[in-house]
Amino acid sequence: MPMRKTILVACGTAVATSTVVAKSIEEILRDRGMDVITRQCKASEVPSMITGVDLVVTTTPLPGNLGVPVIQTLAFLTGIGKEAVIEQIIQALKL
Amino acid sequence: MNILDFLVPGSVALHFTATDSKEVITHLGKLLLDAGYVRETFVEAALDRESRLPTGLPLSGEVNAAIPHTEVEHVLKPGLAMATLSKPVTFQNMVSPGEAVPCRLVFVMALDQPKAQIEMLQEIAVILQNPAIIKRLMAAGDFEDIRAAFSNGHS
Repeated sequence: MPMRKTILVACGTAVATSTVVAKSIEEILRDRGMDVITRQCKASEVPSMITGVDLVVTTTPLPGNLGVPVIQTLAFLTGIGKEAVIEQIIQALKL
Repeated sequence: MNILDFLVPGSVALHFTATDSKEVITHLGKLLLDAGYVRETFVEAALDRESRLPTGLPLSGEVNAAIPHTEVEHVLKPGLAMATLSKPVTFQNMVSPGEAVPCRLVFVMALDQPKAQIEMLQEIAVILQNPAIIKRLMAAGDFEDIRAAFSNGHS
């Protein structure tokens, strides 16, 4: 079995939004037979959490040049463009 | 789990008229304060957070929404306040704060533990993705209409 990829999910305060987004990503990918690890943090914590992360998904702006792909999206809250974002995630992780 | 499990009946403002987002957040925050869900510091903290980390969400239908909230230390127990606005007020877009989002639906979340009451936001996300429920919320004249709109959306 290949090593599981890790997605870091960021939002403003890491109180609720990042958890909802992380759960949503996990469920959708699991339904498609893809297993990923998610971690959550505040946007301001991303640079210190980036080690071992394959992809960052964020609902708020992040500092540039993190060295890993970043997807900024509200799709997991609003539903708009969700399918396209899932495809982006799958491609970015080469799943 | 249903959004009605979190919604505080006394913290719902229907067809509320406000000039800006600050007024909406202040009003809903005070309703949560009066109902005993948040501390005195909540309104100011929510306003401050909204100015730094805005929560406007453009939706697929005519109505856009915002979900102001703040750090857990300002909250006594989990609850949800809600307003429908007679005319839109401007919130900034969560993912691109330079962009103005005219919003007519506002949910203020009082969350007392990080990552704990995520069902509240999950249920809000379900609502936000359902234009039929939003239409019913916007037309609601009293809490019974709100209850019916939320009950109908769930099987």
